[in-house]
Amino acid sequence: MKYVSEYRDADMVAQYLEEIRQTVTRPWAIMEVCGGQTHSLVKNGILNMLPPEVRMIHGPGCPVCVTPLNLIDKAVYLAEEKGVILCSYGDMIRVPGSKRSLLESKARGADVRILYSPLEAVKIAQENPDREVVFFAVGFETTAPANALSVIHAQRAGVPNYSILASHVLVPPAIEAVMNDPDSNIQGFLAAGHVCTIMGIDEYYPLVDRYEIPIVVTGFEPVDLAQGILMTIRQLEKGEHQLENQYSRVVRPEGNPEAQKVIQQVFTIADREWRGIGVIPMSGYEVRPEYVAYDANIKFNVNIEKVAESDECIAGLVLKGIKKPQECPQFGRGCTPQMPLGAPMVSSEGACAAYYHFSQAMEEVSA
Amino acid sequence: MELQCPMPQLDFEVITLGHGSGGLLTNKLLETGVFDLLKNEYLDQHHDGATFTLQGPLAFSTDSYVVSPIFFPGGNIGELAVNGTVNDLAMCGAIPRYLSLAFIIEEGLMMQDFWKILVSIKFAAERAGVQIVTGDTKVVERGKGDKIFINTSGIGTLHTKAQISKSRVQVGDRILISGNIAAHGIAILSLRQGLQFDSEIQSDTVNLNHTVARLLDRFGEKIHLLHDPTRGGVATVLNEMARDTRLGVEIWQKQLPVAEDVYGACELLGLDPLYVANEGIFMAFVAPEVADAALEMLRADENGAQAAIIGEVVEAHPKQVILHSSIGGKRVVNMPLGEQLPRIC
Repeated sequence: MKYVSEYRDADMVAQYLEEIRQTVTRPWAIMEVCGGQTHSLVKNGILNMLPPEVRMIHGPGCPVCVTPLNLIDKAVYLAEEKGVILCSYGDMIRVPGSKRSLLESKARGADVRILYSPLEAVKIAQENPDREVVFFAVGFETTAPANALSVIHAQRAGVPNYSILASHVLVPPAIEAVMNDPDSNIQGFLAAGHVCTIMGIDEYYPLVDRYEIPIVVTGFEPVDLAQGILMTIRQLEKGEHQLENQYSRVVRPEGNPEAQKVIQQVFTIADREWRGIGVIPMSGYEVRPEYVAYDANIKFNVNIEKVAESDECIAGLVLKGIKKPQECPQFGRGCTPQMPLGAPMVSSEGACAAYYHFSQAMEEVSA
Repeated sequence: MELQCPMPQLDFEVITLGHGSGGLLTNKLLETGVFDLLKNEYLDQHHDGATFTLQGPLAFSTDSYVVSPIFFPGGNIGELAVNGTVNDLAMCGAIPRYLSLAFIIEEGLMMQDFWKILVSIKFAAERAGVQIVTGDTKVVERGKGDKIFINTSGIGTLHTKAQISKSRVQVGDRILISGNIAAHGIAILSLRQGLQFDSEIQSDTVNLNHTVARLLDRFGEKIHLLHDPTRGGVATVLNEMARDTRLGVEIWQKQLPVAEDVYGACELLGLDPLYVANEGIFMAFVAPEVADAALEMLRADENGAQAAIIGEVVEAHPKQVILHSSIGGKRVVNMPLGEQLPRIC
């Protein structure tokens, strides 16, 4: 576990936390954009180790959480009514649609398969030439290259029975949406390290200038997060707003040009609906017309009636950091991971589920 | 090393519906295979059941085995079915004595594979010192099963010094674990997901009854509770214990023994080793005054080289399991919801 264990070093974390305590003079609200960061902050118990002045707000960077209800309904429809082999990343299948989740569809006999890579789905399509195979391509910029590659691969290998149901979302427009919300009180951001590994960091300079906020590209291990928070606090205390890269061992300023090329070949930027937030202009990818044969949305021409979200779920407010999960009246009562009202309670990266699983009773515990 | 017995000459290569019909084919399968291999005075009677006499208090347990794939690195469904029930009896503080063995076979299973499973059952039973005294074989149509399912039930006599019960768990009890966690679940998962790692991760399936008996010989009633963290892993055992006893549990992440390759695989797959299944380790809740001696004894045991004290039972936060993270933080370890689902990123 070289390259990981050194970033879980207790002494280094303690040192950064001490520096944060010495640096901070007043309350600050910092949003970690990515669900992976939320998961790590909670799983490692870092939230409880921060001084009370530092308030971490959990951002919309959980792909499962922001995938629109209607798209889950489409996936369920394709699996149940069209008899497709519906392939998906693991934590997507438990997210409730308006009628049911893919997991329930599977139990009712639909062919739903959990995969780690869309390329496996192309292989399944090759092995089952008489069946349609659809990959539920969700995720941020991080998973986009692999999903795009699967389309290119299917085209090259002549696999006509493969397509993707794409729901890709982008980080920078999400940061804009959060900052444009008049109720938002975010003062700094930890940007998602893995997204920047692909896309580079240039997209964040305009945001730093426009909103006059510090953004620190940050990794996912405890040392990364503690250091990223310290770098943000230092800027805030000095009244600065700059783009910094804490995760420089992985993130190059230009990102991964090869991966970007693959994304551009298959996808184009379009308006996209975010579950709980609404439509954010130019905030996601859709499949380019050249690859229309691989776009499940077009291929199956599915029109599923849009169903409104449960009005008891305040996911939108949670995703924008305006409310904490435990401030929701349904948290842990009408909404649990067993019976989720909304998506943030499902994925382990969702703010509500992360709180429910790991810190449910921490207040009593630390008291 | 794989233990082998030569397969008898048979005039069939695959198991068909006929082999479960109770007629001639069933007889042929049993006579040429099962009975010969598992031979003992009870089975040799070829009766509807076994009759025997046992003295003193008994423990009785049953479990069904449906693992897929049926062959995996470090073992197969056959030895798993023996070790699993043997271990369940051992966790009751019993010396396992007799097992029943029932197969539900999907037609089309290769006889060669069935034989391999039988052979490993034979050796697993020998290692554990148990006899298979009664059994059953059914064959179901293709598509109605998954190659082979096995049920074993077992009877054991209680160790004279054993006083194993959840009600005996007390504040201050130390929680010992006998070995590295998460190996079995990851070995199975790596096959299912078609993932290949640099080193092959092996299932830890093994019988633990001799190890447990030695612990009970020496520490007797100081061992308050034993549990093997199979499905749901260590986290599930701790949560069930905390819930049922209304006591709290604290564990230290640093003390949790996880092999490096298993840990790496968990990272890669987005799984928490605390929730991954085990088949060859157990957890013991012991009185604090014997904890160090019990640990020392376990570490000298063939099944306990990686043993560790991972936590303790506390009065605070009843019904809750708190983990002290390696970096000094704290979090609640909850019951798992269902199967752990891999995360997207």
